[in-house]
Amino acid sequence: MQIVTDRSAAIEALGTLWRIRRFEEAVEDLYGRGMMHGTMHLSIGQEAVPTGACMALRRDDYITSTHRGHGHCIAKGADLERMMAELLAKDTGYCRGRGGSMHIADAATNNLGANGIVAGGVPIAAGAGLSAQMRGTDQVAVCFHGDGAMGEGAWHEGVVLAAMWKLPVVFLCENNLYGMSMSSAKAFPLEQLSDRANGYGIPGVTVDGNDVQAVHDAVETAVARARAGEGPTFIVAETYRWRGHSKSDKNLYRTRDEIESWRESNDPIARFEKSVLEAGTLTEADIQTVRDEVRDDLRGAVQRAAAAPDATPEGLLDAVFAPTTGAAR
Amino acid sequence: MTMQEQRSIHEGLEHPTGLGARPGAETAEMTYAEAIRDALRIAIEADPSVFLMGEDVGRYGGAFGVTGTLVDELGTDRIRDTTISELGIVGLGVGAAMTGMKPIVEIQFSDFTAQAMDQIANQAAKIHFMLGGEANVPLVIRAPGGSGTGAAAQHSQSLEAWFAHIPGLKVVMPASGDDAKGLLLAALDDPNPVMILEHKLLYKQTFEVRTGDVRTPIGKAAVRRTGGDLTIVATGVEVQRSLEAAELLAAQGIQATVVDPVTLTPLDSATILAEVVKTGRVLLVQEAVQTGGFMSEVSAIIAESEAFVHLRAPIRRLSGLDVPIPYAPQLEKAVVPQVDDIVVAATALVKEW
Repeated sequence: MQIVTDRSAAIEALGTLWRIRRFEEAVEDLYGRGMMHGTMHLSIGQEAVPTGACMALRRDDYITSTHRGHGHCIAKGADLERMMAELLAKDTGYCRGRGGSMHIADAATNNLGANGIVAGGVPIAAGAGLSAQMRGTDQVAVCFHGDGAMGEGAWHEGVVLAAMWKLPVVFLCENNLYGMSMSSAKAFPLEQLSDRANGYGIPGVTVDGNDVQAVHDAVETAVARARAGEGPTFIVAETYRWRGHSKSDKNLYRTRDEIESWRESNDPIARFEKSVLEAGTLTEADIQTVRDEVRDDLRGAVQRAAAAPDATPEGLLDAVFAPTTGAAR
Repeated sequence: MTMQEQRSIHEGLEHPTGLGARPGAETAEMTYAEAIRDALRIAIEADPSVFLMGEDVGRYGGAFGVTGTLVDELGTDRIRDTTISELGIVGLGVGAAMTGMKPIVEIQFSDFTAQAMDQIANQAAKIHFMLGGEANVPLVIRAPGGSGTGAAAQHSQSLEAWFAHIPGLKVVMPASGDDAKGLLLAALDDPNPVMILEHKLLYKQTFEVRTGDVRTPIGKAAVRRTGGDLTIVATGVEVQRSLEAAELLAAQGIQATVVDPVTLTPLDSATILAEVVKTGRVLLVQEAVQTGGFMSEVSAIIAESEAFVHLRAPIRRLSGLDVPIPYAPQLEKAVVPQVDDIVVAATALVKEW
């Protein structure tokens, strides 16, 4: 799919980029004003990865996500109001206040959920791929994970099984250069992180993770390969997290200059806007319209979510197990 | 000598009457392993979403022979050999279960669940609740526990308390061939993850087992034997040992009730408490180590209930010693309750109180 040169695709991508950015900014603001509880992991600066990846997917394709998962949810099509309601501890939230930021899933878009455990979603995505393969559908599962996940055993085991059975899975690493504070360059002495794929007998690809079209194209190729029964692909999308890992992060492991240089010269949204303007696909006015629509959507979502009833402890014990419905055969 | 007698001598254990088939169906004699295999065959043939995956379950036939030649009947797609990757096996099971399949995963020894604990405890058990009901995980995990095979500390544990401590996971311990079959088929009806802790000493024992697509209800205890002097609550292989002990006790004039919880989560406390009230004496028997063991929970439930005022004696636990399971046969036997230990403990409870 040509995104940069196709008007409707460009508008869709730009809308997703801004929805993610504005959602994260709204969360940061609400948290800062004491209206939001817990912690949060913001994906500002990384918006191009979910945006490009999910534009290569169908609605019935699966994704698994991470603790830094708001962008994946939004790009796959989640409802902003239900997401915001969850973060605001409302009964109308995706998890009815039981999961919060790290556990939003959306059955309607086959989003199997964010995950509070690093690499927790890797074998789960492989299992969704196994399910698709066994059911004879051509669905694909995209596993979003960070560079930190590359140190986990779960990553290894999920990829081993997916490779053995040629499962329709795309392992998509958002390399934002740090696993919390650990530099991925230090942790993994590889020329490129995607070289890791060689050890598993699957293709490994590195892309500019702040380029929507590049991410999309790499995922589109991997998805085509997966749908054709040729097995998994490992993609590393190079990007950067502007904010700290979570609210406790004082950024002691990186310099202010480093953060500033990414913000100023490698903002994925500014880059996308520049590319669609240069290509003549959208005008400044078009871009402003998208921004305004996103601002209005998000403002409405926050207002409605804030006005929704709070989550209550009633029924919590009954919510632990799904109700049994008798003999399945 | 009949075949059954030969088998009993071979296995070194009599066939306890209290562990026969539940009523309501035709029965056949089969081993515990064959009963599980029968359940696998029935479920996989009836439901295209059911499959088994695990280490060496295919051509090898399973480390304990549970699958046998099932792969020849059902194919490598449905009886699926995996790499040695417990975390991956359970994790793929979780993903498949969330997306329309009903996987059964076999963990070769329950000790190896330690390798898979994130997917069991943090994923499978919590997903339905923490995702606000957006997803279910109808995953069945089968894992053999228990000592008695000389496999030592990393292949012999009884870890049910780990799993019972995790909200969102159902935990069952089949003590008979009939329940091994019926619980597996019932677990496949359940939209929740179910951990089936089989016992490796039972696999080769012969039981009377219901034929066909039968169920043992999850969440219902079984009263295996009744007697008026004390109530023994036992799990896993200790149910069989308790039944044997009860026969020896009867010869001394002590009549024991034996209750098998069958399901640890959700526990049928009502049946246990009712049987405790009837005798006023309770002996809790488990192979697992005592500290933090499941029977400590049963003890607390009794102590906090109205049954407490009916007790004529302190609640007594008889558990494995708080040691890793040792290798030498005499040491291995010494650290978990044997039939004689149960007889001694029961006799003391009745004589002293």
